[in-house]
Amino acid sequence: MTEQIVFFIFTIMVLGGGLGVVSTKNLYYAALFLSLSFSGMAGYFIMLNAGFLAAVQIIVYVGAIAILILFAIMLSRKVMTTNEPQTNKQNWLALIVTPLLYLTLIFLVVKVNWPVSSAAPALDVLTQMGAQFLGGYLIPFEVMSVLLLVALVGAIILARDVEKGRE
Amino acid sequence: MEPIITWLANLLANVSWWPWPAPPSAAIIIWVVYGLFIAFGIAPLAMIVLTWLERKIIARIQDRIGPNMAGPFGWLQAVADAIKMLTKEDTTPAGADRIPFNLGPGLIAVSAVLVFAVIPLAPGIIGSDLNIGIFYVVAVGSFGVLGTLMAGWSSNNKYALLGAFRAVAQLVSYEIPMAISLITVAVVAGSMSTLTIIHNQAVANGGWYIVAMPITFLVFFLAGMAETNRSPFDLLEADSEIVAGFHVEYSGMKYAMVMIGEYVHMLALAGLSATIFLGGWRGPFVEQLYNAVPILGGLLGLVYFLAKVLLFIFVMMWFRGTLPRFRIDQLLDFGWKFLTPLSLFNLLTSAFVVKLFQPAGTAGVALPAGPLAGFGGLGLTSALLISNLLVAFIASLAVRSLARRSRGNVLKAVAGVEG
Repeated sequence: MTEQIVFFIFTIMVLGGGLGVVSTKNLYYAALFLSLSFSGMAGYFIMLNAGFLAAVQIIVYVGAIAILILFAIMLSRKVMTTNEPQTNKQNWLALIVTPLLYLTLIFLVVKVNWPVSSAAPALDVLTQMGAQFLGGYLIPFEVMSVLLLVALVGAIILARDVEKGRE
Repeated sequence: MEPIITWLANLLANVSWWPWPAPPSAAIIIWVVYGLFIAFGIAPLAMIVLTWLERKIIARIQDRIGPNMAGPFGWLQAVADAIKMLTKEDTTPAGADRIPFNLGPGLIAVSAVLVFAVIPLAPGIIGSDLNIGIFYVVAVGSFGVLGTLMAGWSSNNKYALLGAFRAVAQLVSYEIPMAISLITVAVVAGSMSTLTIIHNQAVANGGWYIVAMPITFLVFFLAGMAETNRSPFDLLEADSEIVAGFHVEYSGMKYAMVMIGEYVHMLALAGLSATIFLGGWRGPFVEQLYNAVPILGGLLGLVYFLAKVLLFIFVMMWFRGTLPRFRIDQLLDFGWKFLTPLSLFNLLTSAFVVKLFQPAGTAGVALPAGPLAGFGGLGLTSALLISNLLVAFIASLAVRSLARRSRGNVLKAVAGVEG
């Protein structure tokens, strides 16, 4: 019973936040709704006994991405007061694509035979995850970190070029 | 904790006027609600005590007396201030975004209070022993940044907005060295749980981490000071430049919430530093007493813990009383060009040393013992201390040569203009 109530609260956060993002005319509110939605998602992770993922979700999505979006909005003076329209010229295309995507997802969820285990969730997920990252999944893990490093260096180089051009 | 819950359960079972038997979880629920009341009750109390303490200490540093009229040593002054805050008019600027404006201060205060969930106050007394303990601390800190941003933006005031800009630059940059120093601690302790970290700081296991990892402690504490917006890192409020920064438009209880957030954050940082680097409630005779008489041992542990917390709080106030504020570029340079590389380098060397001294064990996979595992905890502590000092030495050399080069460049530039 308690679990259902908590799940319900988190669902309201995720869906309400998502609905807020697409329906509000104020970009700043949209970013705040986005962080609400992300926080609700972290709640799901906690319910699934994945506390580490929940913390990562909060740090990366609420602490970094939502705040970067807010910062970008703050730096662009134009959107401070104007009411942005929710749609652009491609809305008819979205009207076709979104239901298709939705139906595909529903189809997948219903059709795929999801493996279900009756075993209790592992207590120490964290050490097992660490062992897997540096054991069986070492190469994907390292490739991913190299990718992130490339993105980081690329961002710095892009930002630097602008600086040089100005001088 | 368990004795108290058992005691509560027995108490509930023996209530004569209640006709139905209490469910077994009732004692736990009462205990949790009680804990929540304590955690959220500490917040305003901490603000009252710490404002008084801060005014007194800074007054002494500046050769003044400080508040001395209301009550003995002026300690009623803070209570009077609290009553004044409660009775003040709660204003909202006409152009403000009402909902985020009202949510911001609450978010700031709550994010600071949440940290206490993982800080063990005394042996056996902890909100929740999460296995992601110190990582959780970094995560809940993000909500504080969000709260600061909401407050700064929605006030619709240019000083508040400037404060919010600075908040993002500062809080997001200093989160990185802080997280890396916490990772270093996790590598050395082999766990992120605060209870395990305290357990590993027993003398037999190598003693306090401040001895083993002074550099990590310095990075953590300085980055933490920046996260709490305390002077000399108080650029986002900087009363002499941007009036009060992000909370310039707040009054009454909402202003009090911002202040509660600041002081509780300070308390949380001091509590965390005490837990991670000074062994938390560890001290002479605590464990022996706890095994004999749990309540007395717990109280003694609480006393030691509070003494350590107050020590850190005093250091923070001392900083505020003596150091001038950073300039924004100095602040970012210090964070990105000094603390971040230093903490990364320190993480590398610490991980190497830990690997050498690590005893055999299992952490998901079987871990072989390191070549020097025979030296035990004290060997690890001394090796870590030596590696930390080496890192500090190399860092000071690097800083010196960089400073010389930049000074040389400035001289060349001056000469070029003149010649």
